[in-house]
Amino acid sequence: MSDTSSEIRPAGVWQKALRNTGVSIGGTIMLVIVLVAVFAPLLAPHDPLAQDLTKRLLPPFWHDRSVAEHLLGTDHLGRDYLSRMIYGARVSLGVGLGVIIVSGAIGITLGLLAGYFGGWVDMVISFAITTRLSLPIVLVALAAVALGGASLVTLITVLGLLLWDRFAVVSRAATQSLRHQEFIMGLRAIGASRARILFLEILPNMRSMILVVVTLEVANVILLEAALSFLGLGVRPPTPSWGLMISEGRENILFDPWLIALPGSALCLLVLAVNLFGDGMRDITGPARK
Amino acid sequence: MLAFIAKRLVVAFCVCVTVSAISFALMFLSGDPAIAIAGAGGRAQDAEAIRIAYGFDRPLIVQYLDWVGSALTGDLGQSIYFNIPVSEIIGNRISVTMWLGVLSFLLALVVAVPLGIAAALRPNGWIDRIALVLAVTGQAIPSFWLGLMAIVVFGVWYGWVPISGAKTWQGFILPVIVLSYYAMPAMMRITRSGMIDVLATDYVRAARAKGLPMRVVIFRHALRNAVLPLVSLAAVQLGLLLSGSIVIESVFALNGLGRLAWESLLRSDLPVVQAIILILSLLYVALTTFADILNAVLDPRLRGAN
Repeated sequence: MSDTSSEIRPAGVWQKALRNTGVSIGGTIMLVIVLVAVFAPLLAPHDPLAQDLTKRLLPPFWHDRSVAEHLLGTDHLGRDYLSRMIYGARVSLGVGLGVIIVSGAIGITLGLLAGYFGGWVDMVISFAITTRLSLPIVLVALAAVALGGASLVTLITVLGLLLWDRFAVVSRAATQSLRHQEFIMGLRAIGASRARILFLEILPNMRSMILVVVTLEVANVILLEAALSFLGLGVRPPTPSWGLMISEGRENILFDPWLIALPGSALCLLVLAVNLFGDGMRDITGPARK
Repeated sequence: MLAFIAKRLVVAFCVCVTVSAISFALMFLSGDPAIAIAGAGGRAQDAEAIRIAYGFDRPLIVQYLDWVGSALTGDLGQSIYFNIPVSEIIGNRISVTMWLGVLSFLLALVVAVPLGIAAALRPNGWIDRIALVLAVTGQAIPSFWLGLMAIVVFGVWYGWVPISGAKTWQGFILPVIVLSYYAMPAMMRITRSGMIDVLATDYVRAARAKGLPMRVVIFRHALRNAVLPLVSLAAVQLGLLLSGSIVIESVFALNGLGRLAWESLLRSDLPVVQAIILILSLLYVALTTFADILNAVLDPRLRGAN
């Protein structure tokens, strides 16, 4: 869009990234939320789990009845809502990160193998991708968490084992196109080992594509975690997860809609930021498209 | 052409077999299904009785073949909770989910395609920007939260629609809008990018150069090729809508398959859960296979590939 003829040499990815509105805005919001999550114990005014039944359902600061001590009010058990929101960022980002590590490792390995070896290896892995895509993800995840026992570890394992498909599809395609490039053929000719070619030569060459998938998948995972927790089969109470907070606020939806409005807005903001960042990175690193 | 269809059907069949094995295996994820059914506080004798009554003492492969064999004849087993055939319960609930899925899909399509075309005609114009905002927010807002907020605003504050249930058709308005908003962005984007690509081709330029009106060029020449990628995506989206309605059904208290699956999970009614996972997966396989074949009919270039 902003490419002009005055530009002499192509800017580096990071220079371009800073100039891209989506990447800079999304990146800034993401950074703020990550910092909030990391420094949650310092930022939260109260213990997110401390109940005070004498101070139930206090409204946030814009209400007349609000109390200065609880800026965003309290929930049905009198827990400070601001503190719960702050700690909720930890759950969303933690689950997002944990799942990406599992699913990324599975998906990228499968994609590399399928793309590099082709033939029956490719057939088997492509079949696995097709099969995985035809499973109703929310339902299978719900069933697995319900049967495996709801906990953060189960949740991360289950989602990680289910969401590797996009990593596999993208890294497979990237490997297929890289495989025939001269530098890879050269390495093969001088007898470099397959592991070295795959993980030290091909993998680093597709990191920008992987980064885009990572952002899109993080957004996906955050929404899924919220949905599963909302249905009562994700993060267990009393852990402050935004999805769980929405589900807990549901009973008081008629009189205190802010109970669901606040964590929902936080979710939207985080997912929006991650998506803006990811879309921007795709525009920068992907093939030229207006 | 026939060879292509046959090949696709063989793959679809293999996927069906694998998927059925996975939904069968889910039952054993908890370790011992007999204990899961008896409940955490169940006595050992109860678990043993259940094991024999449900045939869990037989080898796994025998149980699987038995399950698949009866599923093929339409017998999906007995519900542990209701003690009536699973197929009967599902038969009562499936229409709500189908209506919800199909209506949301149609609404998403009706919004996404014209919007995508209009956006492609003037990239970075104001329609394109509105479409982009709609797409970006649609991908970021959790559908269950949007549903709850819609209930607060339109059901409680304004009182325009019933706040839960589907006794009247009005009960479907909010869930359909919310669900279609979730499916719309991807379809809009693919229509837009497909249209932009096609509009840049030589044959479209030739059609415009010979003085055909823009309307004819767009609808008769460009659209046909631009919608090709949409066909595959639409099948995927419809499948996602059917399985994604689980959350929406619980928000709006609609008695569909999704809510049934969720309730059955909470009361450890595993045969019902298995059957629903199987049905949704098979539907997805059928839809995507159909889309692939349709694509090959529409675009002869695809027949040689794959």
